[in-house]
Parts: sequence; C-alpha cells; structure tokens
Amino acid sequence: MGLKGEAAIVGYVELPAERKPTGDPLFSLEQYARLSAAAIADAGLSAGDINGIITPGIREASSFVPSTVVEYLGIPVNFAEIIDLGGACAAAMVWRAAAAIELGLCDAVLCITPGGTQVPQSDRKPRPSFGPWGASSNLYGSPQAEFDIPYGNLGQNGPYGQMARLYGSLYGYDARAAAKISVDQRVNACATPGAAFYGKPITVEDVLASPMIADPLHMLEIVMPVSGGAGVVVASADVARRAKNRPVWIDGFGERVAYKTPTYAQDLMNSPMVQVAESAFAMAGIGRSDIDMASIYDCYTITVLMSLEDAGFCAKGTAMDFVSSHDLTFRGDFPLNTGGGQLGYGQAGLAGGMHHVCDATRQIQGRAGAAQVADCNRAFVSGNGGIMSEQTALVLRGD
Amino acid sequence: MATNYIGVNELTDKPMPVKTPTSAPFWDALAEHRIRIQYSPSLGEYVFYPRVLAPGTLADDLEWREISGLGTLFTYTIAERPVAPQFAADVPQLLAIVQWDEGPRISTEIVNADPAALVLGMRLRPVFFDYPAHDVTMLRYEPA
Repeated sequence: MGLKGEAAIVGYVELPAERKPTGDPLFSLEQYARLSAAAIADAGLSAGDINGIITPGIREASSFVPSTVVEYLGIPVNFAEIIDLGGACAAAMVWRAAAAIELGLCDAVLCITPGGTQVPQSDRKPRPSFGPWGASSNLYGSPQAEFDIPYGNLGQNGPYGQMARLYGSLYGYDARAAAKISVDQRVNACATPGAAFYGKPITVEDVLASPMIADPLHMLEIVMPVSGGAGVVVASADVARRAKNRPVWIDGFGERVAYKTPTYAQDLMNSPMVQVAESAFAMAGIGRSDIDMASIYDCYTITVLMSLEDAGFCAKGTAMDFVSSHDLTFRGDFPLNTGGGQLGYGQAGLAGGMHHVCDATRQIQGRAGAAQVADCNRAFVSGNGGIMSEQTALVLRGD
Repeated sequence: MATNYIGVNELTDKPMPVKTPTSAPFWDALAEHRIRIQYSPSLGEYVFYPRVLAPGTLADDLEWREISGLGTLFTYTIAERPVAPQFAADVPQLLAIVQWDEGPRISTEIVNADPAALVLGMRLRPVFFDYPAHDVTMLRYEPA
C-alpha cells in the first residue's frame, strides 16, 4: 500500500520574497500561469508535457476552479484538483500528483501556489470582503462565526499562543530555546538570496526583545507576510529521465485532518503529525535518522517544537532540549529549514507551504548554493494548515 | 455599503453571535443566564457546539440538558495586539479555552482577573453579558 517512489519533483520555482511588492499586480490565474511556465522551464520540459494540474483556491472564482485554470492555461488534463488545506496545501498537492502519476492517470502535474499579494482592483467589480477574520469564517452558520470569532478566537496568533501556553504548562517552556529556532533559521535565510531576511542575522536577545504578540509568542517567532509565489512539477519516471534536474522521488506521505479550531480538538497536544509522519516514514521504508535535512512548517516556533516531537525526531516534551543541543543551520548536525523556513524566507500565503517543498528540492538537487547541505539525499517535509489541525508530510529521495 | 439591513457594519462593528435554528436552545438559555448544551445518550457524552447529530458517531439522539457552567481554565493567551481591528479596545485580551466539568470545551474570554494570576486548571465560573441590541447573551468566565 502507498506510493512506490515512481514519481518525482523535476522542477521548481520560488519567487523572491518581497515585503513591499514590486512589479505589476497579477490575478491568481495570471500568477498561476507565470509560475507554471517557470517551473516547467526549470524542469527542462514543455507545456505540452503537462497533463495534470492541482490548484489552491484562486481569487477570481469560488467554484469550478480547476477547469478555469485549465482553460486559462490552454492545457487539457486527465487529472484536475483543488486543494483547500491551508499551509498543508503544497505537500498535499505533491503526494496527490505522485499518486495520480503512479495510477497511470497522467505523466506530469503542475502543483502551483500563487502568493502575490498585489492583485488588480476595479471599482466596477469590487472584491467581496471577508473581513479581518484570517482563516476563520464569519459567514452565517459557520461554527467559527457563532462560537469563536465573537470571543476574539480567530486568525492564528491567539490560537497558537494558546497552544504554546498549554505546551509550556505540561512540558515546561524555555523561551530561549524557542527563540533559537528563529535565530538558526535566520542564519539559513542569510545564505538564501530571495529570503525576506537575507542579510539580516538576529540573536536570541533580539527575538526575546521583540514585541509580545500573543503571550508567550514574540513577533520574531511569527512569520512575516510577504508577496511571492512558488510551485513544482511532479512527473513520472519516464518524464523525469528527460528532465534536466536530479529527480526528487516521492517515497512516502501521510495526511490527517483532525479539527478546525483548537477549542474542539480531541487531543490538542498530540498533533495529527503523529500519524502523518508515521505513515510517511513507514511508506518510504526509512527511519528518522536516515534524513539528511528536514523542512518543517514553521508559521510559529511552537509549530516547529511540536512537529519535531510528533514527527518522531525527539520524544514528547523534549523539543526544547533538542533545539538547544543541535545546530539547526544548514551546516549543523540537524539541518532544518535550510532556506530560512517561513520565519526567515517570509510567508507568501499558501506559497509558504510550498517553500518547504522547494527547500527540500533545492537540497536534494544540489542547488541550494551557499546553504547547500553536503551529500543531501533524503528529506522530510511537513505541511501544516490551520492551527495544527490539518497536516501532511512527505519523505523525499534523490537517486 | 458594508452596512447590512440592521445597521451592522461588518468591517468596523464587533462580530456578534447569530443563533441558528439548531443552536437556538443554547442561546435562549443563555438569555435566561442558564447554560444548556446537548447530550448524546448513546455516546455517553455532552456535546458542544450544537449539532444535528452526535459528533463521532452521527447518532440521532442529541437531547438538551442544563449544566452548571462551572469549569476549569484549559489554556489561554494574552493578546497584546488586537486580533482584529474590532477588538482594539479589548487589548490586552485574555483569550481562553474553558473546559466545562461535563467535558466539552468552549472558546471564551477571562474577565475580572489579574492576568498574572491565571493558572491552567484553575476553577472558573460563568459571567453572563447581555447585549439587547444584538438580541444575544455572551458567556465569559472569571475566577471562581
């Protein structure tokens, strides 16, 4: 059961993170097309090779999204999906593409996450506003609208602060250890041109001196929203053979969706990553110690701490010790988020999840430049949507 | 333009609960300063928020029962920055999850408390906030 490792990431694109966007505003559809062309070119393939697409939600349509994308690209496909799993979208796209390829449905699949924040606007067609509710829905009948948002339980900062508080009460909380995650990843960002914080190292003291946003989470433990965009092409072995990069084989995955709002989680301190990582590693037939680098979804430092534990890299309640006793930089003994992670690269919407797929792809393809991990052949990638509520993981391998 | 038919500006006014046909018994009880939630006999558990079928089993046996509303602090955070512009006046806001003695957890806020004195697991009691203009009563918590 599971993937046989017969589909691979063969090309990728990740736009430089921009805190103040330059260039012309583009609709999601336009971004999807440009990112697709870049990823296909990176793979050394042509548009005619593509016969599958996966898309996140787009701004120009609320339904019939895959067919709208297919028509815009002018590329009819055998496999078309829309994924709505927040920060888990990217990893969720990659395993679905691999599964569709292994089933023989298609040969090359676009997995694209537009992340440009500047979209053309017109007074004649005003965009419906969903208000400042973040990932929460304030529509009538939504449980979030009725039971969570009115009490300020909305978006991400508050709920992740609640998670960190609960974690600390059970396992202890070392603020310096949490801050070290941001610091080490900033080292990686400083070796990654395109990162929002390229050339801007920080210290533990900087993190702890940054404003408290949702106690115990400081500003520098929270991702910076940026404009960007990213994507990959996943292809069959036949296509991979004529692509120009080293194939990044998708050997294992796991996925689990457990709840929407942490208030209603059955077990808040054991995230879905427990089952997700177990599935991914078992499917790939390797262990945690076989990994050469990990790219773990890092919207907040608490997300990294809990994911390290729940993915099995360290025991429950010991992640603070783990990050304190390991060098998490690209040259360290546990290379983590070697492209800076989202804490260092910036979070371009759903492309933030794709950052981790690109990070692992760059390393396995030997294209990480100054941040290259020596002899990197196996990677673990995690995706995380909502408040640790929908999670996906990938185990990737070079030839 | 963002103002709807009862004069609520969704971009500036605080978001208030609007009851549904299924949840009405919960909100109607709150208006009487009582707390009534669902219970599934086959599941053997209380259920929150209100649903048409029991979560997990989808059993069609949900019934309404009154509870004391007493509970403990499951977790919280101190929002030092507004979670949305509508909550700017509430900073620092004590965003809490409270676990009722009967089991279910709810999203709420802690009031009448020194933030530094909050401890997970501490006993809490309900405080009812009536909002006649919105035809709703909200449920917040204070140290018991």
